[in-house]
Amino acid sequence: MKQEQSIIPIDVGQLIGSVEQCRNEGYRLAQIGCTKVGDNDFEVNYSFDKDYVLKNLRITVTAETEVPSITGMYWGAFVYENEMHDLFGIQVKGINIDFKGTFIQTAIKYPFGVSISKGEKP
Amino acid sequence: MTKQIIVPFGPQHPVLPEPIHLDLVLEDERVVDAIPSIGYIHRGFEKLVEKREFTEYVYIAERTCGICSFIHGATYCQGIEQIMKIEVPERADYLRTIWSEYSRLHSHLLWLGCFADSFGFENLFMAAWRIRERILDVFEQTTGGRVIQGSCKIGGVRRDIANDKLSGMSRDLDSIRKEIGELTTVFLNDDTVRHRTRNIGVLSRDDAYHLGAVGPTARGSGVAIDLRKTGYGAYDRLNVPVITDSCGDCYSRCYVRCKELFTSIDLIQQAITEIPDGPIDVKVTGAPNGEYFMRAEQPRGELVHYLKGNGTKFLVRSRIRTPTLTNIPPLVKMLQGCELADVPVIVLSIDPCISCTER
Repeated sequence: MKQEQSIIPIDVGQLIGSVEQCRNEGYRLAQIGCTKVGDNDFEVNYSFDKDYVLKNLRITVTAETEVPSITGMYWGAFVYENEMHDLFGIQVKGINIDFKGTFIQTAIKYPFGVSISKGEKP
Repeated sequence: MTKQIIVPFGPQHPVLPEPIHLDLVLEDERVVDAIPSIGYIHRGFEKLVEKREFTEYVYIAERTCGICSFIHGATYCQGIEQIMKIEVPERADYLRTIWSEYSRLHSHLLWLGCFADSFGFENLFMAAWRIRERILDVFEQTTGGRVIQGSCKIGGVRRDIANDKLSGMSRDLDSIRKEIGELTTVFLNDDTVRHRTRNIGVLSRDDAYHLGAVGPTARGSGVAIDLRKTGYGAYDRLNVPVITDSCGDCYSRCYVRCKELFTSIDLIQQAITEIPDGPIDVKVTGAPNGEYFMRAEQPRGELVHYLKGNGTKFLVRSRIRTPTLTNIPPLVKMLQGCELADVPVIVLSIDPCISCTER
C-alpha cells in the first residue's frame, strides 16, 4: 500500500516561514535528511508528519550556503542539523545545541560532503 | 546558588549495551540538564549504496540493527518496490508481517530483560530472556538465522513457511502468551518495579509530540502514532490496536511494551489464519528510478528509509532515520529534573539502540 507523501521544493529564504507554518498546523518533525546531487549541491528534505501523511519541504543548497536552524520551532531538530554539518559539511546557523563538528565523529571529515580528504580528522 | 557539577555518563556504563555519552549537569543529586553525544561507532552504511547494487543492499540494510534486522530489510525492500511499482504476492506480504511481529516480540522481550537488569532485578532479566530464546528458535527454524534472517528480497521473500509449520507456530504462541502473561504481571504489578519506574522520567504528551518521540516512548505519553496503521505489508488486512498510556513515565513506557507483546501474538495468529496460498516472490527487472520515503513501525518506533535511484543499479542515496535518533531529544527532556540514581532506568526506558542510530 502506498503511503501518502508529497515533496514541496522551496527556497532557503522560505524555510523558516514554511516550517513555522507546519508547526502551527500541528505537524510533527519526522526527519531531516540530505542527499548530494551533482558536484556541489545538496538537497535537504525536512519531513513532517500529520495523521500519517508525510510532507517534505525540500531546499537545494551548496556547502557554502548558510542554512537557518529550525530548532527555535522544533527543539529536537538539533540531532539532524548537527548530523547535516558533521556528515555533509553544510553550515547551519543558530542550532540550540551546536556540537561544532563533534556530534558524529568520523575518521574522514564530511564523508558525504563535497571534498573528501582521507586521513583528515574532524 | 547551588554549585553545579558535570558528571559524565557513558559511553561505557554497565546499563548501556552500546555507547552513548551524556554530560549530566547536577545540582546535588538532581540532574538539571543533559547533553548527549553519539558518534563512537558510526559505520557509514549509507555510503555503501555507491558500491553495492540495489539488490545486494538488502543485506546491508538488514545489518543496520542486530535486533530488528528483518524490519530494516523489509522496509528497504518495500521502498524499492514502491519506486519500481512492483506488486508483491499476498503470501509474501503476510510472511513479512509474521516475521516483523516476531522481531517485535524478540525486541520487547530483550528490552524487558535489560530494563529489569537496570534496576537490579536479575531473575526477572533471566525470565524475559528465557522466553526470548523461544522466539529466536522460531527465527532459526523458519529462516536459518537467529540474528540476521536474510529472508527478505526485493519482490517478495526468499523462504516460505509450510502451512503445517505455521499452525505449529500458532499453537506455540498460545503457550508463549501464557509465559508472557506471568512475566508481565511482575513488571506491571510488583512493588519493586513500580517504585523504580512510577513518576520517573516523565514526558508530557505535548513534549513527546513536538520533540519527535516515536514508538513506545510516544505512546507511553499518550501520542497514538503507530505506522502499522498506514497499512504496509499485510497490516491493512489485520486488526492493529494502538496501545497507549497517559502518564508518560518509565512505567507507562514499560506498560506499552508489555501490552504490545500480546498485540504482536494476536497479529501473528491473525496472519497465520488468513495467509493465502500462492507464490512468494515476483521477478524483478530494471533498476529503480525515482525516490520514496518508506516508513515502518519498528519495535522502537517509526523507521524511515529514504531511497533515491537514478535508473542505474546503484542507488544515489539511502538515508536511514532510526527511532533512537529521534528519541534522543525527548530523552534529554526526561532527564531534566530527575535524580542521578534514576538516570540508568530513564535511559533504558527509550530502548536505545545506538548502533542502529549510528548506522
